[in-house]
Amino acid sequence: MSDRDESRDDPRAEQTRYDQARYVENGQYEPLLSEKDQTRVEIGGNGGDGGSPLPDDLTRDSLELPELSEPELARHYTRLSQMIYGIDSGPYPLGSCTMKYNPKFTEDVAALPSAAVHPDRSERSVQGTLELMYRLQDYLGRIGGMDAVTLQPPAGAAGEFVGIRVAAAYHEHEGEGHRDEVIVPESAHGTNFASAALGGYDVVSLPSDEGGRVDLEALEAALSENTAALMLTNPNTLGLFERDIEEIAEMVHDVGGLLYYDGANLNALLGRARPGDMGFDVMHYNVHKTFATPHGGGGPGAGPVGVVDELAPFLPAPRVRENGASKSEPGYELFDPEHTIGKVHGYQGNWLVLVKAFAYIARLGDEGLADASAKAVLNANYLASRIEYEVPYEPFHHEFVASAGEQDAADVAKRMLDYGVHPPTTKWPEIVPEALMTEPTEVEGKDTLDRLAAAFNAVADEDDETLEAAPERTTARRIDQTSAARSPRLSWQALESEGDDE
Amino acid sequence: MHGSDATGSPYAPHTDDERARMLEAVGAGSVDDLFDIPDAVEFDGEFGIDARSERETRRLVRTILGRNDDLTELLGRGHYGYYVPSLVDHLADRSEFLTSYTQYQPEISQGFLQALFEYQSLLVELTGLEVANCSMYDAATALGEAATLAERVRDTSGHRVLVPDLLLEGRRSTLENYVAGTDLAVDTYPTDDANVDLAALEELIDEECVMVYAENPTVRGTIEEGLESIGELAAERDALFALGTDPVALSLLQRPADVGADVVVGDASVLGLPTSYGMGLGLFATTEDYLRQVPGRLVGASEDATDRRAFTLTLQTREQHIRRERATSNICTNQAWVALRTAMHAAYLGPSGMVDLAERGVTRAEDLAERLDDLVGATAPVHDRHHLREFVIRVDQPAPAIADDLEKRGFAVHVVGDHELQVCVAGVPDERIDPFVAAFREVIR
Repeated sequence: MSDRDESRDDPRAEQTRYDQARYVENGQYEPLLSEKDQTRVEIGGNGGDGGSPLPDDLTRDSLELPELSEPELARHYTRLSQMIYGIDSGPYPLGSCTMKYNPKFTEDVAALPSAAVHPDRSERSVQGTLELMYRLQDYLGRIGGMDAVTLQPPAGAAGEFVGIRVAAAYHEHEGEGHRDEVIVPESAHGTNFASAALGGYDVVSLPSDEGGRVDLEALEAALSENTAALMLTNPNTLGLFERDIEEIAEMVHDVGGLLYYDGANLNALLGRARPGDMGFDVMHYNVHKTFATPHGGGGPGAGPVGVVDELAPFLPAPRVRENGASKSEPGYELFDPEHTIGKVHGYQGNWLVLVKAFAYIARLGDEGLADASAKAVLNANYLASRIEYEVPYEPFHHEFVASAGEQDAADVAKRMLDYGVHPPTTKWPEIVPEALMTEPTEVEGKDTLDRLAAAFNAVADEDDETLEAAPERTTARRIDQTSAARSPRLSWQALESEGDDE
Repeated sequence: MHGSDATGSPYAPHTDDERARMLEAVGAGSVDDLFDIPDAVEFDGEFGIDARSERETRRLVRTILGRNDDLTELLGRGHYGYYVPSLVDHLADRSEFLTSYTQYQPEISQGFLQALFEYQSLLVELTGLEVANCSMYDAATALGEAATLAERVRDTSGHRVLVPDLLLEGRRSTLENYVAGTDLAVDTYPTDDANVDLAALEELIDEECVMVYAENPTVRGTIEEGLESIGELAAERDALFALGTDPVALSLLQRPADVGADVVVGDASVLGLPTSYGMGLGLFATTEDYLRQVPGRLVGASEDATDRRAFTLTLQTREQHIRRERATSNICTNQAWVALRTAMHAAYLGPSGMVDLAERGVTRAEDLAERLDDLVGATAPVHDRHHLREFVIRVDQPAPAIADDLEKRGFAVHVVGDHELQVCVAGVPDERIDPFVAAFREVIR
């Protein structure tokens, strides 16, 4: 018999009635592998089966892990998967994360045996891999309006770090090594701050103006001969286009700084505007966002970086180029840019993700990419017009930030889970109180957006008591995150030793 | 048919009628009215990328990648082509795993959080250290993060990181980039017959040193014999001992906790991923002492409102989305799905399967080295050590020419010196070993 509380059901919500899978065994949800079995294997000549090919002093004594059959594992992981919500489960309007439906065929092309090659293979023997990389570099360059692209960064934040390192190398090369500040708007993604700091820069935080955009006076005050770069996303995290971008670029360039484009919001602009045309010198592409490659529960992604000609000599090594060896069949080779910063990944980044991104872009072409942006913007505007929460900043593009007002945005999010939708990003950016940062993307149709709006509105009408008790239809009920941080238990071994203490 | 344009995004489900009603609802005449982009920066050109059907796109990618030669790869040096069981592909490809985001809403993400918790637990057992994160990008970036952690936790003014002279160029270069924004500098210590030269290392470790890095097995496939001594040297000088290794090696070789390792890094995707042109899974484990300085995401156990055990991302105040420029790392999107695959592969093998896989890496490498050593014009292994998975061969003729000839016969090997090749048995099917030895015999004549 279900232990779920049916009493609070709102008739409006019945249309999205949702119950997530839940397994309970011995009072716990799906047991850990270690609770199903633990088998200790002794290693070395003196213990157990013996016959180790190595002397005892070079080996461990034993290894203790679960030893389960394939059917047991298939059921374990199937059950775990059923206790996860993905974009294939329903809408996922996480602002700034751009959770789009991922076409299935890209998995098949990434799984081609010819995609699985060792990174130390000779260039001659991996012409296909190099050609695909070359073509993807070319696609990305055209889409971003950039002259040269590296595919090496394995994630967006890694791309930011490349941008920062390239900027540092460029300034050093120009005899401007004294520049030690990177300017970042307060509303920027946390990675911008962290990447600049990892690159050794002092971070200068830039406030927004009343309209939610870059405050030009504050920018003027922040810029100096110490400015290495300004990191900006456009549209910004409120979904607002920085209309003064030309002036911003001029101001940054006037003091000798570089303009960095955070590609997290590129899905709003495909075919409409290009960072290169706006005056950006260096940018990263979140191919796992803009080009619908699956996020995999938190990666792998890929964060290719594009630059203008002037910065190309500083890109990571190696890059791919045509070698012009034969007219009939083009050949490709790796090369090190003249003043390369070296590597930011052991090899060439997350190759399989790049294959998926290439396939996605090749499938959509110019019209498909532009249409994706058009409908992403239409969807955001439509959804915002349908919800009862206030949206203080506009006109926005692909995402908007609503305010939960008197309600706690985190509680609103928990309650939305009960309506079978993933909630928006909450409590960020901080300029909007109790922010609900919402990005439906182009993959939702009107009916889904209407259901999503119904979920928002149902929650908007609910009292704090209901919100604080949520969620109740998900696998787990509200989780105590404070105690998880106060007494960290990060492995099954930690849980076991805790049991020993009792 | 959805949409008016057959050439629009095939993944946007709007019909013309819906689009019209949505525009009406927002009070816009056209979608163009919704874009707030100044004319001066509007893009009116074309990318020049033709749209294709799904079938045509598949054919395009297949055709391009079809230009790759089909070779038997006897390649290793940190990246291994172990057979990945079908179970891993089929279950990891379940769309809830593949198409979910980072688990910021834990109540609706229990399955992935538990899988990552199990991955962390696997590494805790393998390393003997108390804390493992749920992924970095690859071995090189994990090494970079280890160095920045060492700088944070060491309260001396030290600034040196010591690495072996044999360190892979990709790892060295990535490490250099990671420390470029810090006060750290990377210095090299020598090796002796592909193991750490302990006497030289002792000379080099001083109060300035914040971290010593060693690998087991080494990049030349030798098993490091001086780990305990390195651990002692590092501890005496108050430097962290960072050990580079991988889950297969850890199944058999000395446990890092037993040799005094403070941090374990490396590539965990030796299990779970085929050779993927260098795509990886950065392993990162350390002791409880440095818990609050760990980079990356951590999954912890807690309880939900029904008092049942539940999992959640935890200690997020270390992370960039909260701590911004004071975060322990800039990492956000990591390699969660690869960690899932690695945990699945390890679970499939079980402890006996993992130990067996590692032991076969020793015996198969020994056997192949012996067979190559029997050939005139070749000496193997070059290093007088125990080996795991791979070893170096000395050849009388120039090594690059021999590698080229082998490639023409369908085999890929590393060139590691003018007269040195390196071969790896990991993932090479038994039935390809005889043809390889035969090809080798032919090309060294």
